[in-house]
Amino acid sequence: MAVTTAISAHRHPVAPRAKRMASRALIYAALLFWTFICLFPIYWTVTTSFKSAVDVTQAHLIPWVDFHPDWKGWRSLGLSPDTLFETSTARSEFVNRFINSIITSVGASVLALILGSLAAYGLSRFRYKFAWMRNDDILFFFMSQLILPPVVLALPFLVLYKALALLDTTFGLILLYTLTVLPIVIWIMRDQFNAIPVELDEAAFVDGLSTWGAFLRIILPLAFPGMAAAFILSLVLCWNEYFFAALLTSTDAKTLPVMVASQTGSQGINWWSMAALSTAAIAPLVLIGIFLERYIVSGLTTGAGK
Amino acid sequence: MQSSVDTADAVPPKAAMKRAGRRRATVGRILIGLASLVFLLVLVVQVLHAAGAIAAGFSTWRPILIVYLLWAIAFGTAQVLMRGERGQRALFLLPAVFFTIAVVIFPTIFGLYIASLDWNLSSIEGPHFSGLDNVRAMLSDTYYWNALGNMVFYSVAVLGEYAIAFALALLLSAEIRARKFFRVIFLLPMMLSPVAVSWMIGKSLLEYRFGPAATLARYLGWDNPAFFASPWMARFTIQAMDAWVSIPFIMIILLAGLQAMPKEVQEAAKVDGANGWQSFWHVTFPIMLPVSITVLIIRIIFKLKLADIVINVTAGGPGGATDTVSSFIYRVYRDRSNVGYGTALAMVYLLLIIVLLTLMLRLSKRWTQRVT
Repeated sequence: MAVTTAISAHRHPVAPRAKRMASRALIYAALLFWTFICLFPIYWTVTTSFKSAVDVTQAHLIPWVDFHPDWKGWRSLGLSPDTLFETSTARSEFVNRFINSIITSVGASVLALILGSLAAYGLSRFRYKFAWMRNDDILFFFMSQLILPPVVLALPFLVLYKALALLDTTFGLILLYTLTVLPIVIWIMRDQFNAIPVELDEAAFVDGLSTWGAFLRIILPLAFPGMAAAFILSLVLCWNEYFFAALLTSTDAKTLPVMVASQTGSQGINWWSMAALSTAAIAPLVLIGIFLERYIVSGLTTGAGK
Repeated sequence: MQSSVDTADAVPPKAAMKRAGRRRATVGRILIGLASLVFLLVLVVQVLHAAGAIAAGFSTWRPILIVYLLWAIAFGTAQVLMRGERGQRALFLLPAVFFTIAVVIFPTIFGLYIASLDWNLSSIEGPHFSGLDNVRAMLSDTYYWNALGNMVFYSVAVLGEYAIAFALALLLSAEIRARKFFRVIFLLPMMLSPVAVSWMIGKSLLEYRFGPAATLARYLGWDNPAFFASPWMARFTIQAMDAWVSIPFIMIILLAGLQAMPKEVQEAAKVDGANGWQSFWHVTFPIMLPVSITVLIIRIIFKLKLADIVINVTAGGPGGATDTVSSFIYRVYRDRSNVGYGTALAMVYLLLIIVLLTLMLRLSKRWTQRVT
C-alpha cells in the first residue's frame, strides 16, 4: 500500500501538465453540459410562467434582457400578487388539488412506513415459518410486488372500488399508494434494522422490556435515518403518481398530476398558465431534492454497495 | 397488551400458569372462530343481497372491508393469546401480510376472474362469462402486439441510459470541486413528476413552432424539426424524455458502487501502467458488474411500467408507434370502457413479465457467478 502510493505520487509529475489540464477541462465541460441538460427544462418552465404570448412565440429566454416578466401565468391560477387576495375559482381548484396531493402522499407514506417498519423489524430479528415460507421467501413475496405493473391492478381496483364506494376518495388512493411503496419501505427498513446490533435488543430484554417495548423504545429511535429516507422516497413517488389517480379519481379526490394532465389537453393555448401550474407542481419536489437530497440518496442506494 | 403477558407470567406457580396459558389459548381460539363466523355471515348476507335473493344487506360492499379489518385484529390478538411470545413476534409481520392480501393478492385473483368476462362498462348489459374469448381477441389485436414490440425497444434502450449514467457516475467520482452541487443538480430530474415533464419537455420545449429545442434544431440545419411526426423519431423522443427522468436513479446507484470500490485496486492498476480506458475496462467495469446488473434489472422493471409520459405527450401516436402496453390498456379502458378485455391484456402482460424476469434473474445469477 505504502509502496503503491509512493510510486503513484512519483508518477504524477511525469505526466505532462498540459494533458492533465486538458482532461480536467474536459471533465468540467462535461459536468457543465449535463448541468445545462438537467436545469434547462426547469428554467424554461419557470420563466415561461412569467411570459406573455408574444414572448412565448418569439422564444425569448432571458428575463429583463429580452422579455419583461409578467404575472400572466400566475394570474390565471389566481396566485399573482394582485389576485392573491381576491376570490378565484382557479386558485381554489388548484389549492384543493394541492391539498389532496399532500394528504394522499403523506397518508400513504405514513401508512407504508408503519406497516413496512413492523414487517422489516420482524424479518430482521425473528425467524418466521408460514407453511413453506421462511424469512427470505417472505421478503421475496413482498419485493415481488414491485414487478406488478399498475395496469394489472388498475381495472380490478376500478371495479372493486365501485362496489366499496371508494372511487374518487382520498382513502382509496392512499391504500393503493401504500401498496406501491410498501416493498421499497420494507427493503430500506430491513437494511436499517440489520445495521443496528442485536445486542441492543438483548440488553433491553435484560432490562425487562418486552419484544414490543424494546422495538418501540430502543430500536425505533435509532432507526430514524432509515425511516426518514424511506418516508421521503415514498413521498416523492406518491406525489408523482399519475396512473391510478387518473383512473380512480374524477372530481373530489383528484391530485395535482391529474390536474396538470387535464390541462395539457388544450394544447399550446395557455402556455403561461400551464407553465405556472407545472412550476407549482414541481416546486415542492425541487425543494425536497435540494434540501433532503442526502436522504433520497441513502434511501436509493440501500444495499447497492454489496 | 404486551405487558399483561409478562406480569401474568411473573408470579403464579407452574401449574396455575399452565392452566392460565391453556385458558388463554382457548379464549384465542374462540376469538378466531367468532371473528371468522361474523366475517362469513356478513359476507354471505351481502352476497345474497347483491344477488337479489334477500332484502337485508348493505347498499355498498364497504362493510365487508370493515369486517375484514376486525377479523384481522381478532386474529392478531388471538395469536398473542394462544402463542404468547411467538404470537407477539408474528404481530410484527401480520399487518403487512393482511394488507398485502387485501390489496394485492385478492385484486389480482379478482382480476383473473374479470379477464374471463365480456364486460363493457358503458354497455347496458352487465358482465357475462366468455372464457378465453378475450385472449383469443388479443392474439389478433395488432395494436397490442405493436405495444409489446415497443416495450422491447424501450427495454433495450435502458442500456443507453445505463451508458450515460455510468459516464456521469464516473464524472462525479472523479476529483472535482463542488461535487455535492453537481450531485444535487444531476438528481433533480428524477424528482419531477412525469406528468409535469410531459408538458415541460414534450409539449413545450419540443413544440414544433417555437419550442427552444425546435429552434435549436432549425439553427443546426434540420429544416423540419418534428419530434413526434415519424414513428421512429417519436419513439426516440419519448425514450429520451424517460431517460431524462430516470438516468439519475441509475447514476446514483452506480456512484454508490464506485465509492464502495476499494481504492487500492485503482492504484494497483495505475502502477501496472494501465491508462484510463484500460483501467476502466479491465478493473472498474468488472468490479461494478454485479451492481450494474442489479440496477439494470430494477430499471427494466420500472421501464415496463412506463405509461405517464406516453399517455400525456403522444397518447400512443403516431399510429401506435410510441404505445406502451400500459398506455394502450389505459386507452382500451378510457375510450372503450372495456374492462374485461383490458384486464385480460394486463394479465397476459404480467405473465410475460414474470417469465422474462425469472429468466433474467437466472441468467444474471449464473453470469455474475462466472465472472466473480
